[in-house]
Amino acid sequence: MKGRLLRFLPLLVLLAFVGAVAWRLGKPAEEQIPSQMVGQPVPAFALAPAIPGKPGLSSASLADGRPRLINVFASWCVPCIAEAPLLVELKQQGVAIDAIAVRDRPDDVAAFIARHGDPFARIGSDPESRVQLALGSSGVPESFIVDGRGVIRYQHMGPIEPDDLPTIMREWEEAR
Amino acid sequence: MKRLLIAFALLAAPALADSDLPAARWANEQLPDARQEAEAKALMEELRCLVCQGQSIADSNAELAGDMRAMVRQRIAAGQQPEQVRVWLIQRYGNWVSYRPPVEPVTWPLWAAPVLLLGAGGWLLRKRLVRKRG
Repeated sequence: MKGRLLRFLPLLVLLAFVGAVAWRLGKPAEEQIPSQMVGQPVPAFALAPAIPGKPGLSSASLADGRPRLINVFASWCVPCIAEAPLLVELKQQGVAIDAIAVRDRPDDVAAFIARHGDPFARIGSDPESRVQLALGSSGVPESFIVDGRGVIRYQHMGPIEPDDLPTIMREWEEAR
Repeated sequence: MKRLLIAFALLAAPALADSDLPAARWANEQLPDARQEAEAKALMEELRCLVCQGQSIADSNAELAGDMRAMVRQRIAAGQQPEQVRVWLIQRYGNWVSYRPPVEPVTWPLWAAPVLLLGAGGWLLRKRLVRKRG
């Protein structure tokens, strides 16, 4: 009796394996990879200005006692266009916004903000995605809220949508 | 109209998903030192591309993968050990970014599974093996 049951053990193992694989295929893993830097100080960086007439962005300038929202964007990024009006709205609500332009050209950044609005106090140029990697960001657009001590408090992945505004305002208030 | 717009957006997105800046130096260029290049290459094959998640950065054509390859080569050329570069990335993206899982309590089953399965297979076959020898 015991031997007969054992005979089916390999089949049961196979069924369990197939079941596990089928379940995972039907429900793929979460694709967003959040940054582990949330809760840590901003890594040291200094980025040159992305456009003439607007300052660049450095980590040293972020620990000045006031929180900032840092928007990682690019002029070639389509979802960034969708997000642009919401950044302007956040600025109108009093959120201080800086930006990092990833793999971008001055002319293209200037054309982008001329067309889609300019909520940015400073824009740093990150031509080889180095600061993006240092922040643990895995795409554009992404936004980080950095508190007045220069500690990353919140990461928003993907474009900011109207539904996200309450969360972002709450995180912003908490970072003050 | 809305459907048409969505269709256009789907057409446009892949075309505009990349910048038109050239690849970073060292993204596709080997290091002059063959030993360093071999170290960098071995590490790149074990790092996961962030935007094309089934591929290593060595295999991927994505721009961010190119920038990660450049970063790996620059750090190795500057004298860092491959493990330092891996740890730097894990600090930012978690263990997820490395294809080589660390040995820690949560991954013990993973490392023990081959031994346990081999043992279980041997145990199932034990009578046949003995009979054949006899």
